[in-house]
Amino acid sequence: MTEGEFLTARVHTRDPQYPLRPGELVTDRYSPLNRIHVDAGASFTDFAGWQMPVRYSSDLAEHHAVRTAAGIFDLSHMGEIFIVGPEAADALDYALAGKLSATTVGQAKYSLLLDRTGGIIDDVVVYRTGDDRFMVVANASNREVVAAELTDRTAPFECEVFDESDELALIAVQGPRSREILVATDGFAIEGGHPDGRDVAEKLGELKYYRALPGSFRTQPVLIARTGYTGEDGFELYVSPGHAEELWNALTEAGAPLGLVPAGLASRDTLRLEAGMPLYGHELGTETFPVQAGLGRVVATATKGDFVGREAVESGPAPDARTLVGLVADGKRAARADYEVFASDDSTEAIGVVTSGALSPTLGIPIAMAYVDASFAAPDTVVSIDIRGKRLSYRVTPLPFYRAKKD
Amino acid sequence: MATESELQYTSEHEWVLVEGTTATVGITAYAAEKLGDVVFVDLPDVGTTLASGAIVGEIESTKSVGELFAPVDGTVLEKNSAVEDTPELVNSDPLGEGWLIKIEFTELPPLLSFDEYTALLGE
Repeated sequence: MTEGEFLTARVHTRDPQYPLRPGELVTDRYSPLNRIHVDAGASFTDFAGWQMPVRYSSDLAEHHAVRTAAGIFDLSHMGEIFIVGPEAADALDYALAGKLSATTVGQAKYSLLLDRTGGIIDDVVVYRTGDDRFMVVANASNREVVAAELTDRTAPFECEVFDESDELALIAVQGPRSREILVATDGFAIEGGHPDGRDVAEKLGELKYYRALPGSFRTQPVLIARTGYTGEDGFELYVSPGHAEELWNALTEAGAPLGLVPAGLASRDTLRLEAGMPLYGHELGTETFPVQAGLGRVVATATKGDFVGREAVESGPAPDARTLVGLVADGKRAARADYEVFASDDSTEAIGVVTSGALSPTLGIPIAMAYVDASFAAPDTVVSIDIRGKRLSYRVTPLPFYRAKKD
Repeated sequence: MATESELQYTSEHEWVLVEGTTATVGITAYAAEKLGDVVFVDLPDVGTTLASGAIVGEIESTKSVGELFAPVDGTVLEKNSAVEDTPELVNSDPLGEGWLIKIEFTELPPLLSFDEYTALLGE
């Protein structure tokens, strides 16, 4: 895949066939799959200015489908920024927290864009798509700042930065039957493999987690990545916006008999929460050091030279800084983001704050992630959360809450 | 079960069925749809005195928390224990089996007609 192959710009303006929905603004942005979602009866939510499906019919059913069979998600709102040039790897080593120069072609790596004070501007997945090229996938809300920071930080290096977000749609198929579904979908071929796609099953079977393969779908280039944000096996498919509908329809037709359902952002949020995966704006932000979020391993202080934020992360947060923990409770009453955490039911001085919480659809108990004072972070520590005026005991538990069974 | 047009409504997306001095209360299909899958319902106990406009219960979905406002002054006659055990009734049948509480009311404030409520949703 080269940056040029996706330069078939599609402007995501609204489809005149559909009237404005209540509360919708004319400045809202639309996925190239918007028409499919509207026709499927999706409810929409504003996500960083994008009108995206929050659910199609039932967020619980969509969640369970991903855990037991598969779900298909439209993630076209996410940002894709390419760094291309002979010094692209060195440039990213300086710009990001991880050692991207240590990746091999076809590898993906979870990384962080830090600011000079050690705070997290965004969390990203970086795909090495060639010796001299990388694709950085950013959260939709941070696309502009990530593109600007990468442009700025990589300026001294011999490389160029292209924000290709408008030139790429992203479709994720997630769940234990994902591979079967891709294999059952006619039209995929793997670059360098059989043009008729007879080796797709084998190649996808060999593709490891956090690896990507360049391929095609009916003549269109597709980057097939074994990545995701649900805690299940799955694939993320990067394709040009003009061909996203065709790919979505082919996948849903082939996948429906295998249990594939379209899934919205509501289920994506409960899935990632069960999997203990942080979400920018909840668990991650510029006030948070990576180590507080349990992401110290993502920062390559020992193995590479200077990078933005190095000095700050080396001095680290204050010794008593809060740390991210998992919390579980009995009953059905879920703590939500921003609820305060206390040492005990009768204590009135907060020792932490919830960043995400829900009644876990898979486990059937309330789960939450929270930042708590370091002295309350040990597993089995009992804390108290104020749930709209009623206190409920929660217990600290190691993350993740849910782990997919291996085959 | 009354039809949509026979019920009265509040601006808090509740429906009220008035029969004599009893008001049966639930949330509208619009509200249920906006909440998403309801997973927990907290209702006031029988005998609780309610003041119109006060928050008397909660309807939680995976994504959010909806508050139940008392649409009338009165006393709780009955709560729907089926909906406490099976919260998804609020989604599957919001105007029927998904009813929430019955109130013996002392004062019936002005409520919205179906047309007025529908107009409110259009805004």
